[in-house]
Amino acid sequence: MSEAVSRVAHHFDDAAQQKDAATLGMWVFLVTEILFFGGLFLAYVVYRTSFPEAWVEASHELDVTLGGINTAVLILSSLTMALAVQAAQLGRRKGLIVFLALTILLGGTFLGIKAVEYHHKVVEHHVPGASFQFHGANARAVQIFFSIYFAMTGMHALHMVIGVGLLLNLMRQGLAGRFTPAWYTPVEMVGLYWHFVDIVWIFLFPLLYLVGRHG
Amino acid sequence: MLNNLPFFPPQASTSAAQVDALYFYLIGISGLMSLLIAGLLIGFAVRYRRRSRASRAGAVDGSMKLELIWTIIPFFVAMSIFVWGAGVFFHLSRPPDDAMNILVVGKRWMWKLQHLNGRREINELHVPLGRAVRLTMTSEDVIHSFYVPAFRVKADVLPGRYTSLWFEPTRPGRYHLFCAEYCGTRHSGMVGWVVVMQPEEFQTWLGGDARDVAPARAGERLFTNLGCATCHNPGSGARGPSLQGVFGSTIALKGGARASADESYLRESILDPQAKLVDGYEALMPTFRGLVGEEGLMQIIEYLKTLEPAAAQPGGTPQS
Amino acid sequence: MTQPPAPDRHYLNVNYGVRSWLLTVDHKRIALLYLGSVTLFFMIGGIFAMLVRLELLTPEGDLMQAETYNKMFTMHGIAMVFFFLLPAIPAVLGNFLVPMMIGAKDLAFPRLNLLSWYLYMIGALFTIWAIVAGGVDTGWTFYTPYSTAWSNTNVVPVALGIFVAGFSSILTGLNFIVTIHKMRAPGLTWFRLPLFIWAHYATSIIMILGTPVLAITIVLVALERIFHFGFFDPALGGDPVLFQHFFWFYSHPAVYIMILPAMGVISELVACYSRKRIFGYSFVAFSSLAIALVGFLVWGHHMFVSGQSVYAALVFSILSFLVAIPSAVKVFNWTATLYKGRISFETPMLYVFGFIGLFTVGGLTGLFLAALGLDVHVHDTYFIVAHFHYIMVGGTIMAYLGGLHFWWPKISGRLYPEWWGRLSAGVIFVGFNLTFFPQFILGYLGMPRRYHVYPEEFQVLNVMSSAGASILGFGYLIPLVYMIWSMRYGKPAPANPWSAAGLEWTTPSPPPTENFPVTPVVTEEAYAYDLPARRLPEGTHV
Repeated sequence: MSEAVSRVAHHFDDAAQQKDAATLGMWVFLVTEILFFGGLFLAYVVYRTSFPEAWVEASHELDVTLGGINTAVLILSSLTMALAVQAAQLGRRKGLIVFLALTILLGGTFLGIKAVEYHHKVVEHHVPGASFQFHGANARAVQIFFSIYFAMTGMHALHMVIGVGLLLNLMRQGLAGRFTPAWYTPVEMVGLYWHFVDIVWIFLFPLLYLVGRHG
Repeated sequence: MLNNLPFFPPQASTSAAQVDALYFYLIGISGLMSLLIAGLLIGFAVRYRRRSRASRAGAVDGSMKLELIWTIIPFFVAMSIFVWGAGVFFHLSRPPDDAMNILVVGKRWMWKLQHLNGRREINELHVPLGRAVRLTMTSEDVIHSFYVPAFRVKADVLPGRYTSLWFEPTRPGRYHLFCAEYCGTRHSGMVGWVVVMQPEEFQTWLGGDARDVAPARAGERLFTNLGCATCHNPGSGARGPSLQGVFGSTIALKGGARASADESYLRESILDPQAKLVDGYEALMPTFRGLVGEEGLMQIIEYLKTLEPAAAQPGGTPQS
Repeated sequence: MTQPPAPDRHYLNVNYGVRSWLLTVDHKRIALLYLGSVTLFFMIGGIFAMLVRLELLTPEGDLMQAETYNKMFTMHGIAMVFFFLLPAIPAVLGNFLVPMMIGAKDLAFPRLNLLSWYLYMIGALFTIWAIVAGGVDTGWTFYTPYSTAWSNTNVVPVALGIFVAGFSSILTGLNFIVTIHKMRAPGLTWFRLPLFIWAHYATSIIMILGTPVLAITIVLVALERIFHFGFFDPALGGDPVLFQHFFWFYSHPAVYIMILPAMGVISELVACYSRKRIFGYSFVAFSSLAIALVGFLVWGHHMFVSGQSVYAALVFSILSFLVAIPSAVKVFNWTATLYKGRISFETPMLYVFGFIGLFTVGGLTGLFLAALGLDVHVHDTYFIVAHFHYIMVGGTIMAYLGGLHFWWPKISGRLYPEWWGRLSAGVIFVGFNLTFFPQFILGYLGMPRRYHVYPEEFQVLNVMSSAGASILGFGYLIPLVYMIWSMRYGKPAPANPWSAAGLEWTTPSPPPTENFPVTPVVTEEAYAYDLPARRLPEGTHV
């Protein structure tokens, strides 16, 4: 198919090699992201071990309902992303656009709810730094919890924003008819990235929101 | 003998000779290895230079036997160094029980030291010959490091924690004291001297002027003034555990864990009382952060060390 | 032996103009972009070093104020570590040679490669801006709480610069891994690969696993400094030693990023100038992987006196001894390669001899530091400074210069002047030893590092070291001059001036943009030197 052949970059032998390279490249990139977030998880583990009670106290200050909704939103967005990839694979342009749009919408919803939560934290003086206020003996350790909370969710949100940007670009390309069943690699790659960002949240949610909440 | 070697530090403590022996062992191994490699390199370079007529017959590009030899022998040599080094390290990490304690606070850019009888020093440390000395150290600001090359000892001095090192001087004299962890502008000015004196001279010096109240006495005063005795008294139904014999004892914590009541535990309990709650007591103790400084904390701990364990007490006696 | 004629069109003259360079996706041009940048940073770092050594001629602080001096050694370290040593061999020689050595037309992701260079440049610009705007004085190690709560210098901009440059490193490593896995020429199995490729593969694994941890550490330091988030400051409830764990978890493997590519270069040069296969090929290949793996497990040996537990210290010590063994294995294998070889002493080979000697000394002194009882005395003294300069300068930089000279004909299409090359190698070797050997003695004597003023009895050794530094600095200037001279006036180079093995030598000098018009097919082992007349691999078209 000439359309497919023209998509092979000059330095690759054939489309299969190009696709192989792209896939390995994205997986290697995701490994680096695991190490990147891993540092934050390590800091979390170290401080939680030192301050278990403060962790429980601080975690209760987060809104489990909003966090839970966000978790559902992200999981749903992974579904729509997977459906977008499938649509591309089957050459269904309209399906691709619709599912990409839904994924973007869900991603935007997640970010919106996150913004609301952040706003709550500002109002309650739970942002670490000069304005931090917390009554209780564990105030210092609670402040560390929130430092880690903002670092982790902030870094995750940044990755979501980048993801939404990538999805918008995919939509643009999809509308221009760039993807065919023979070549839809960017959709797959962004899909991998989006699933990864989702999985990070699936770890973040219980670690941050569900500390010491039984039943 | 080794004290007269040029470009070599004096050996002035019991640890110095041990460290130096290990050093010379390493120099020996390194020297042999370097000579071997240099010899082979130069030898092969000459013998097998392109125009030489030496025989190249039988040249090979691998030998499992050689690979095993030059992996296994270095492995055992390395392990010998490891074991020896670990042994010296254990020695450096274990002060004798009868070591004389001295309190050290580092701050930018000076060393504040206090002997247990109250005598204070700045950037100088007087110690007696032939007696083990242990330094308990903390920082008021950034990380410093207490380093006496002549004794071959060094330990980082951390804010928020106690660290320690020990030595036993073997030679009278004046020896360099350096800060060995970069701490800002006057890092290279945070230096001083360790003065090793004959024991009688040291005793005279110790009882001399510029003597403050002994840290333990100052600590007792703080203990009273800060109201510690209100809750920490040996009476029954007291709100806090009795502190008789607390230093060095094992504390049963809430949740089943146990803690050893060393200096760091006691310091943490004063500043972050909620961090380790003693089993059987409520979380009532307020924090004293901001109300007592690093020196005050050391003084209180020195006072607590003087509290002997009493005979069997009703309720709440910590186990020794 | 027939060699291809000097080409009319090649990657350097295929088009002209600034845009054609700044928007290139040709890995060879990108390698040259890096060559320019890292050379600039080498000079910047070198100037800071000269100022440090000048001040240390006298025991008093009479050349500059303490604050200024503290900035000098900090910026020397940052410029050299992050903007010269880490990128030099991988981004210059690796970028140029990895595709060529495996018979590929380019790396897997050429545009990502260009992005890597731009990220490096953006990071570099942040750092230069921070230097010009007053500098930074935390030491290149940024220990907390000094860096987060006490230093009043431009910590955040420099941290940001290093953060961005770190992504340059990560993307280069990613590119190499995918390229080596997916783009080898037909017949080029893993065990026929040049050891330069094995070395860069192992390096890339470290780059992708270690650098992200540094990145997040920098983020945390920046958050603490700007917003007073309390991770590492005990005043805020944090743990300063935790910073050290985070920092060294990357920065120890980082030193293997600096040395493994150098070892890859040495393997290529030893084989060529002995006209022999590398002795123990698979052992050398696996030792690279072993170093990369075990290198991640030893970070605590930077913290033996930081207050960790004795048992942690024991574990890190024993692992540090283990990581030395694969390096020793390489030295033995290179030496054995010389046996019954046909050795010649062109400039690159002189650098090889220098490397093996100096790396051996540097590596052996690493054993001194792994020995717990001894490290207590020499930690944070000039002994450490000497140790790492023997490896980084006596090792990495010598290998870098050796490699640059070796591949210069291929890269530039010109020969460098051989006698000037040998002269500068000699000057560098002498200058280096005079600079750094006295520092071992100074360290054992007890002179701490990062000292602006020092006791008088240390002066003699310091003067020797500073004298050596001026010779060393001069030694580095000579190649800078004649390499640039050779680009215009050097003799045109044939395709294979050294009669070396390796796919890169089957192309013209300089190569065409696409490297190989027809993909080569590989049928034999690497370093097929022991054939009577050295044959080109079958099926190669030139």
